[in-house]
Amino acid sequence: MELANLSVLLVWGAATALAVALIAFSIDLSRLSGARVEARDATRERVAVAAGGVADAPRDGTPEDGAPGPVNRRYAGVGMSVTWLAAVLLLVAIVLRGIAAGRTPWANMYEFTLVGAFVAVAVFAIVSTRRDVRFLGAFVTFLGTLFLVTAQTRFFVEATGVQPALQKYWLVIHVGVAIVATGIFTVAFVTSVLQLLRDARDNGSPVLGSARWGWLDHTPAPAALESLSFRLNAVAFVLWTFTIIGGAIWAEDAWGRYWGWDPKEVWSFIVWVVYAAYLHARTTRGWSGTRAAWFVVAGYACVLFNFTGVNLIFNGKHSYSGL
Amino acid sequence: MAGRTSSDSTYVPEGIADEFTQGAPSSGEQPRPGRPSAPVLGLVGTLRWMWRQLTSMRVALMLLMLLAVAAVPGSVLPQRNQDAAGVITYLAEHPTAGEWLDRAGFFDVYSSVWFSAIYILLFVSLVGCILPRSAAHYRALRGRPPRVPSRFHRFPAKATATTTASPQEAADAVAARLRGTLPWLPTFRVDQGEEAARGARPATRTVSAERGYLRETGNLVFHLALVGLLVSVATGQLLHYRGQAIVTEGRGFANAVVDYDTFEKGSWFRPGSLVPFSMTLDRFESEFASDTVAFAQARDFTAHVTVSEPDGEQRPEQIKVNHPIVVDGAKIYLQGNGFAPEITVHDAEGEVAFAGRVTFIPEDTMYTSRGVVKVPDVSPGLDQIGLVGYFLPTAEANEDGSVRSAFPQPVDPLLVLEVYTGDLGLDDGSPQNVYELDTASLTPALDEQGERVKVLARPGETVDLPDGLGTLTLGENLPRYVALDLRHDPSLTFVLVFSLLALAGLTVSLFTPRRRVWARAYTGPDGATVVEVAGLARGDDAGLQAEVDRALEAVPAAVRVQEQEPETRDVPAVPAAPDRTGSEKD
Ligand code: HEM
Repeated sequence: MELANLSVLLVWGAATALAVALIAFSIDLSRLSGARVEARDATRERVAVAAGGVADAPRDGTPEDGAPGPVNRRYAGVGMSVTWLAAVLLLVAIVLRGIAAGRTPWANMYEFTLVGAFVAVAVFAIVSTRRDVRFLGAFVTFLGTLFLVTAQTRFFVEATGVQPALQKYWLVIHVGVAIVATGIFTVAFVTSVLQLLRDARDNGSPVLGSARWGWLDHTPAPAALESLSFRLNAVAFVLWTFTIIGGAIWAEDAWGRYWGWDPKEVWSFIVWVVYAAYLHARTTRGWSGTRAAWFVVAGYACVLFNFTGVNLIFNGKHSYSGL
Repeated sequence: MAGRTSSDSTYVPEGIADEFTQGAPSSGEQPRPGRPSAPVLGLVGTLRWMWRQLTSMRVALMLLMLLAVAAVPGSVLPQRNQDAAGVITYLAEHPTAGEWLDRAGFFDVYSSVWFSAIYILLFVSLVGCILPRSAAHYRALRGRPPRVPSRFHRFPAKATATTTASPQEAADAVAARLRGTLPWLPTFRVDQGEEAARGARPATRTVSAERGYLRETGNLVFHLALVGLLVSVATGQLLHYRGQAIVTEGRGFANAVVDYDTFEKGSWFRPGSLVPFSMTLDRFESEFASDTVAFAQARDFTAHVTVSEPDGEQRPEQIKVNHPIVVDGAKIYLQGNGFAPEITVHDAEGEVAFAGRVTFIPEDTMYTSRGVVKVPDVSPGLDQIGLVGYFLPTAEANEDGSVRSAFPQPVDPLLVLEVYTGDLGLDDGSPQNVYELDTASLTPALDEQGERVKVLARPGETVDLPDGLGTLTLGENLPRYVALDLRHDPSLTFVLVFSLLALAGLTVSLFTPRRRVWARAYTGPDGATVVEVAGLARGDDAGLQAEVDRALEAVPAAVRVQEQEPETRDVPAVPAAPDRTGSEKD
């Protein structure tokens, strides 16, 4: 069990790295907030001078307006590097776990959580090489840390083989795709939450309007967040559709029916329908934008429940958590 | 909006926000969702109005949300077709609430009236929405790209350049770039035209182009495949059959309704669709982990069988968990296994009163298995005997004298039975559950302390039954049994094909960019040729501006003219789609 122990240590290492990245990203956000306050004060003064009276600067959400030079985002850079480190540590931990158990390393809840956290972190890291999504960092690393710590303390089971019903290549495909979808849904969820926060701030929410939330002005406009979230959700939705089809094919062989409204099947269906509703809402007049983002929040809540609640509360055929 | 009829060449479901099909992007304010303006509709008008509401995006959205909510209770409450025992327990524990829930179908959610109503309405809405859209799309497929709009400034992607080439050359270059390099598979469908000089406008060469018809095709395929999926599943429900049989080693069964322990069928099932093959279980093998981490976890189950076809052909097969075999279109699954020890009971007269294999059903992972023996009154004047208890593959005694199994394989097998006498009801011909013994009306055999007597037997042993009832013999070898599930569903292929079609349609529709690009080339006031290009996309499209830029770059010797009013400055990487966020305030 040498390898298995090493794997556990590496997971702790990855969790620590993610926590460090979380701190770095948070410092970055708070600095952005500070910068925003200065920028706003500068704008206010200018407007006051120009109008010759007391006038509040319109919040237009553009940080460049009167900003005193670009903000130093060194901490975001640190966060990014440590995030990469965490991803690598986690990947090695997962591979070692697989070797120790002698099979694909995603057959129970513990392993599913590890891989799901890895995908979320990796999707974030990979997207960040193509566009500036550093504003997502604090949230993704927060969820990643949370997932890993929960896995280590609540879901842990020893590495070992699996029962006959799980011995099929579908374990690799169906569960693997489900985890990837979950990881992408996670990043999309974070994006939609930011969209909602930013939208509320732009629309003068008293709570979110305070200086502490100033970093929100450095996120892209709600429309851009919406479209990023949509693109991620679209990919994850297709993968989720595949997960359900693959699961049904597997169930046909393993349980003698392709669909039987087992709790896990029910909740996978609910997740699918909620995201389908989201896709419709986006194109329905009066439901796009903010309202559609709430569907993402609801959909992700269902994803999480499907993964935790259904495994731990209900007694279905999917009782493979090993707990 | 409310006056749109389905004969319009571009059918759009009521309530869809779609700048693409509606022409140019709006400048901000959306018209209010179509409230019917005519107060007097008449009967036909009312029906029409209701139909349009039903097939509107908003109703589809509501029905989808309702469907998600309606599915929840089925995962919380026990459902009859999966966990009938759970339903009975629930009803016993919650007599009042349970009865009401039962009446409202909460224990059969997925076949309840309300759940069915939601998805049927959803599918009616879907068909009502999809058929006119398909017709419109069919026309659109043969149509030409829309004419060049009069103004470009409202478009989400645009670019302008000047060049020394003539307007005709510039327009040709843009058109060629948009068509792409493959003559037989053009990227864009392209039309070129010209506008005569009018007022302040000089004569202009125009290009209009459109790509991504596949996006709508994919969307329609996806929705239609969902209908196909529903129809296939329903047909399968009507035609399918499923039987369960318990078979012990060395014995067999035939594919006939009477040979199954339980048999369930759809309403269109005909017994003729059972192909009369037969099957023997030659051997059953099981493997369990013996390491400490996963002690006694199942690792492998294999049933070695011989299948005999009606034409006399015989062939050996293996059935494993996850690997059903297919015989004459029916799938045979290995669903369970256990021990069926040979038990012989001689009554007080020394007559054989019972001899046979008794199926003991495992109750835990160590195969602590429960079984029942019902011994008829063979010799006149004697009571019937009921034996009930456990078979333990590896017996282990606990402190309190109880026993349980410690490993699933027969390392140290032991049979532990309690003995009852009385009328078991074996003679009155009423159907009996062979796995249950109703002990309420029977007399248990007690020892001097008043405790129930337990009869213990190991393989090959003959032991006395209490009260001089006779003897019991446990056979030397312990035959295994398998629980087989045989299922035939002729719709499986269709279900799979429609699912995959839906997946393919969905993928195509979500990831195919649908774009229109227009260009104008004319001679500007200073004599140089001005080329303007604008683009419009369906939904969000990160690559739209790049497409526009590429088209412009095709113009020979083009010099970009910087735009005056950059609009979305704080969007570093992702260009915003117009009117998609936050602006829909009611
Ligand atoms: C079983 C019910 C339904 C499901 C599961 C479903 C699912 C979906 C999904 C996943 C999409 C997004 C993928 C794509 O763009 O192709 C979509 C798009 C669409 N659906 Fe449905 N749908 C259903 C019923 C309906 C109904 C009843 C209507 C008509 C009122 C409808 C109209 C549309 C339209 C117009 C789009 C394209 C939206 C756009 O991108 O502009 N759907 N549907």
